[in-house]
Amino acid sequence: MDRRWLPALAALAVLPWVVPSSYVVHLLVQVLLWSFIYTGWSLMGRFGLVSFGHGAFMGIGAYAVVLLWNFHGLSPWLSIPIGVALAVAVAVLIGYPCFRFGIAGHYFALVTLALTEVVRSVIVALRDTTGGSLGITPNSVLKDGVTWSVQALQFADKRVFFYIALAAWAFGIWVWHRIDKSMMRYAMEAIGSDEQAAASVGVNVTRTKLAITMISAALTALGGALFGQYQQYVNPETVAGIGVSLQIVFAVIAGGMFVRFGPTVGAVFTLLLTEGLRVGIGNKVNALDSTIYGLMLVLFIIYMPTGILGKLAEKLRRARA
Amino acid sequence: MLELSRVSAGYGSFQALFDVSLEVRAGEAVAVIGPNGAGKTTLLRAISKLIEVSAGEIRMEGRSLGDVPAHRIIDLGLSQVPEHRRLFPRLTVEENLRMGAYTAAARPKFAQRLEMVYALFPRMKERRHQMAGTMSGGEQQMCAIGRALMSGPKLLLLDEPSAGLAPVIVQSIFDLVRKIREEGYTVMIVEQNVRQVLKVVDRAYLLEVGRIKLAGSAAELLASAEIQKAYVGL
Repeated sequence: MDRRWLPALAALAVLPWVVPSSYVVHLLVQVLLWSFIYTGWSLMGRFGLVSFGHGAFMGIGAYAVVLLWNFHGLSPWLSIPIGVALAVAVAVLIGYPCFRFGIAGHYFALVTLALTEVVRSVIVALRDTTGGSLGITPNSVLKDGVTWSVQALQFADKRVFFYIALAAWAFGIWVWHRIDKSMMRYAMEAIGSDEQAAASVGVNVTRTKLAITMISAALTALGGALFGQYQQYVNPETVAGIGVSLQIVFAVIAGGMFVRFGPTVGAVFTLLLTEGLRVGIGNKVNALDSTIYGLMLVLFIIYMPTGILGKLAEKLRRARA
Repeated sequence: MLELSRVSAGYGSFQALFDVSLEVRAGEAVAVIGPNGAGKTTLLRAISKLIEVSAGEIRMEGRSLGDVPAHRIIDLGLSQVPEHRRLFPRLTVEENLRMGAYTAAARPKFAQRLEMVYALFPRMKERRHQMAGTMSGGEQQMCAIGRALMSGPKLLLLDEPSAGLAPVIVQSIFDLVRKIREEGYTVMIVEQNVRQVLKVVDRAYLLEVGRIKLAGSAAELLASAEIQKAYVGL
């Protein structure tokens, strides 16, 4: 990335020292981690590979790290690569047959929807190890005056995790940027509009789709691992189920999946919405927050299919022209 | 250069081509003419490996296409301009041309061939930053031909280049085809517009209901009673 980004990153880096409370730091970490995951999803989504199953990759990443830590004492520094590799392997297992035999569009979305449900069910079914639907907490090393451990990736101060999340987010943006500048972007763009025409100019359709799916799954699994590590708690509903898979899709549609910072805007928007609804409505009216969520998704798809940032970018372009 | 011997092909249990044999020699322009539903597009799809042949063999410079996957066909020097252009609408003209030089062999020659295509079609240079989907039909056809030339093909396959274009544009598209011939490209063109296409090719085959009915030089076919009656409408 070029130099112009350094001042912006520096400004972000001082944020946790100037915001009023650790609650705001918490929100910032959430925004950064989710932005990273949403960016990972959009690497596929922007080319028409709509996945309703990214919760699966997130869950695999999150659970791999917690389980390997609790049962084998393996440091997250080692288990994160393992979790990511595992998610990539699952992505290949699902993606290869789909792409090889031309399962695309709605059918591909359904396959991924099934995948996320399978992963969630497996987590629930293996309750003796995974804690089932109650979730699981990684064994904490933060006791007897210990406030941080690099080896365990556990920190009492949220600000430390803020920097980890910031680095992950910047990495996600960088990956997007690199793909944008590569032949892969053109190839995927071509595949997205016409697979046969893409093949006839020499694009290996199966391999290119598989490659972008692997990258997307890897980023999402890494995001899931960091998310679980930050929360110090993982639960099949919050990291692996259909709910989280759909949350990813909603946020990205709201923010805009075709522009680099669209997924980030989506994360800010959905977090403000969720927190606003939580504080404003809470549990006073059952399921009202989910209803509003669903309604907004419908409205976005109808009136703003390119998302908040996508729409803004269009407006700016038109104003300049 | 390209040789089809007794090729049969179809979709599932539906057979669209029966025992088709034809040949395109280096430097020639050959047309396959025939009405809608004769199997012309199926023929090109078989050559591009978008469908498998059920019998017979297709050879490019003596090499059988039997085990060549669709995305490798272009490496053999076969480049197709598909029916209805099928450009990548969300890419600019120049990005579409870049996709034409996608293969590892073509990439180093991108800049040089881009100049060549822009020299051939100056209009494309003017439009190079425009989204391909927003151009007129004739311009899109130009871009599609340009894209196909970017791989440096030995044989250019044109599928119904005049389809869906206004009559005045059709004339200019055939002028383009003539221009490409003059550049020395070997061309195989599949077309319904019999009268126009026979003016720009050396030889032609008449395909009807999946079978080759007539073959000969363009002049012979144009003079034949069958073509005169059924296709030229005199």
